[in-house]
Amino acid sequence: MNALAAAAAVLVLMLVGAFAGAVPGGAAAVTVVIPYAAFLTLVIGVAWRVSQWAGTPVPYRIPTTCGQQRSLPWIATAPVDNPDTGLMAAVRVAIEALAFRSLLRNSRAHVSGNRLEFSEARLLWLAALALHWSLLVIVLRHLRFALQPVPFFVPLLETFDGILQIGAPALLITDILVVAALLFLLGRRLVNPLLRYLSLFTDYFALLLLLGIALSGITMRYGARVDIVSVKALVLGLASFRPAVPAAPSPVFLVHLLLVSALAVYLPFSKLMHFGAVFLSPTRNLANNSRRVRHVNPWNHPVPTHTYAEWEAENADVMRAAGLPLDGADHV
Amino acid sequence: MGPIMSEKPVIDIALKTPKGDWRDPRVDFRKGTFSYASLPKDLSALGLPNPRKWQPTDLDWQLPPDWKRILLDGMKERLEKYRSFRLFMDVCVRCGACADKCHFYLGSGDPKNMPFARAELVRSIYRRYFTLSGKLFGSLAGGRELTEDVVKEWFYYFYQCTECRRCSVYCPFGIDTAEITMIVRELLSLIGVSTHWIMEPAAKSFQVGNHLGIPPHAFKDSLEFAADELRDITGLDIEIPINRKGAEILFVMPSADYFATPHYYTLLGYMMLFHEIGLDFTVSAYASEGGNFGSFHSNDLMKSLNAKIYDEARRLGVKWILGGECGHMWRVLHQYMDTMNGPADFLEMPVSPITGTRFENAASTRMVHICEFTADLIHHDKLKLDPSRNDPYVVTYHDSCNPSRGMGLLEEPRYVLKNACNNFHEMPASTIREYTFCCGSGAGLGNDENMEMRLRGGFPRANAVRHVREEHGVNLLTCICAIDKATLPTLMDYWVPGVQVAGVHEMLGNALVMTGEKERTVNLRGEPLAKGAADA
Repeated sequence: MNALAAAAAVLVLMLVGAFAGAVPGGAAAVTVVIPYAAFLTLVIGVAWRVSQWAGTPVPYRIPTTCGQQRSLPWIATAPVDNPDTGLMAAVRVAIEALAFRSLLRNSRAHVSGNRLEFSEARLLWLAALALHWSLLVIVLRHLRFALQPVPFFVPLLETFDGILQIGAPALLITDILVVAALLFLLGRRLVNPLLRYLSLFTDYFALLLLLGIALSGITMRYGARVDIVSVKALVLGLASFRPAVPAAPSPVFLVHLLLVSALAVYLPFSKLMHFGAVFLSPTRNLANNSRRVRHVNPWNHPVPTHTYAEWEAENADVMRAAGLPLDGADHV
Repeated sequence: MGPIMSEKPVIDIALKTPKGDWRDPRVDFRKGTFSYASLPKDLSALGLPNPRKWQPTDLDWQLPPDWKRILLDGMKERLEKYRSFRLFMDVCVRCGACADKCHFYLGSGDPKNMPFARAELVRSIYRRYFTLSGKLFGSLAGGRELTEDVVKEWFYYFYQCTECRRCSVYCPFGIDTAEITMIVRELLSLIGVSTHWIMEPAAKSFQVGNHLGIPPHAFKDSLEFAADELRDITGLDIEIPINRKGAEILFVMPSADYFATPHYYTLLGYMMLFHEIGLDFTVSAYASEGGNFGSFHSNDLMKSLNAKIYDEARRLGVKWILGGECGHMWRVLHQYMDTMNGPADFLEMPVSPITGTRFENAASTRMVHICEFTADLIHHDKLKLDPSRNDPYVVTYHDSCNPSRGMGLLEEPRYVLKNACNNFHEMPASTIREYTFCCGSGAGLGNDENMEMRLRGGFPRANAVRHVREEHGVNLLTCICAIDKATLPTLMDYWVPGVQVAGVHEMLGNALVMTGEKERTVNLRGEPLAKGAADA
């Protein structure tokens, strides 16, 4: 149900994009007005969300320790998985962000005849890694359209990306990877009963939206070629705040651009904000040094306690009889 | 020891394809799978709201009339006080990596026990009332209405989480269900929804000083009883000072150590060790509880109960504090105490009086774990150990959740064990250290009425013990947690009969060759030291 609703939503967006050029003012909306609005939403939205997280106190030092602590000097520690300095905690976060350390631990449980066994399950890690790194390369490749002169690393990236040298234009590895990873992630959501039980609209929508963006982009590169020069003129125009609506934009391009705008609007309000969470998660970004260095809770408030004096007063008789020392020897 | 079950319930472990709609909050409070409600006397003793007589099986839970407002205001307050809570509500992508990592899911097959599903029970309310998309799109955006059925569902599933943090190890964003569970339990406590097995010990701990409500004279009696027992075993007069001002070290242990078995043998081990090295220490009848059931209820109750330790250390004028074997006690001591009740500037840097080792890792809290302390002694060759006295035992070690995932105390207890025992075998790597499986009874769930769920939740741990029993003939499961010691025997009896449970310092006590001791003929359990005896 959620999957169908998400597919319908993406399909509607695609149809709007495809027919926008045929409506008066449609091309202008999709190529100028909506991208500006979307970009603004993205920037403000992300800044708002991150500042909301960063501005919320971290009352306790609660790293999830995944290895030996530093205690006695002759015991070997796990400096990254159980960091005891801020620097090593930063390394831990970096490995988490760049290589998905925790996901690499994944395993799968099997039960049969009241026995439990575990097998390795690294496909999720691999797919996630392929998806995120490909997305990064693809975003960087797109700088070709937004910057003049084109930064030096963009052609370099394209060379490596096309290193297979299949076809013309050269097949880009990241194009294959991103689609394969998205299909895998979508497939496991539909096939794995545990995930299907609790996959929300947003889970399917995010994947399908990205898939729509990737496929429309790939179509423009390998199939229905678009006029690259006019696309670059448009993006450069947008970037320099002198936007010019292209004369006859291709429907595929409009679909692509509308979906990207939708992604930009959707991102700050959705689970796609998870990229920011890795850096702010208190179970990952804190050093496990809470006994060595005092961590301060900004809202630490006093609570009622049962003091020793109260306790001794209540127990003075039995304590005296038992020969236990008393502070207030005059208790009656 | 746990109760002996007259008729053994038949528990089938199976992970079936989940059925139904997760948004339906209705729960079947089936006997054996939930904990009884707290009693009004305990809530009143602690000054907590809405004390009343009720049970989870009641149709009407007698919630206060404005319960919904209280919960939503409480959520708002905590979203602003805990970054963890807000972040963990916002960022889950439901990748499912955590799904089959929870012992309660593996044991029960109930899909709402998958960590991301458990969290979703709260996230759905968060979305509906605190996010724009949830307010606008409701169910389509993954939102749910907050109803009384949701309150009941929260009670069922957040008292079916032992705060073990295993899911958090696997989560790419470090989402920690323990953190969510702690906050939801705190929310429920605002409307007087809590469990008897947590609130009664918490109230007794507050008033009397320990979970079992043992008054100071009985406390003294039980320690004297231990000293008598040690005289029988070792022939030595061993003194256990209580409330002694001016001692160098305050020793704090979970109360089960002096009032329950097999904990008691661990207490004997500590006391033999302290006597042998001539430690200048005292225990306290006021701070006679290291454990902290307040931590299973709310921030404030945790802080209130924990305050006794520093207060007593200050009153007695000790230099530093040593802590016994206990899991959640050490989560609180390691990650919360200094922040809540510090700074401990009235204490000194902990230094071992025997080896001179400065425990730099405890420079601020000034509280050292007994395994750190003992490992240091052994490393400096200060103890004479005869591991052959433990030869009847084939030993494995269960990493307790809190010392492993909330601290990283992994090698110290192993070092002590390997020096005190000749036969030691690890369980499979995916079930120990940071991957350790919970006993299934932690965080206040270790009561008898919850027995079926405990046996289910403990199944993954038992499964790994069964593996080493079959492979190596393991007959002793050691651990450093009082809840483990209280509940693992029952778990072993059910799943892996023939495996006993012991503390690390019981093994040390057995092996410790003491100055002037008589010839030892029995171990701390009174069993003959001859080989094979423990199997009998």
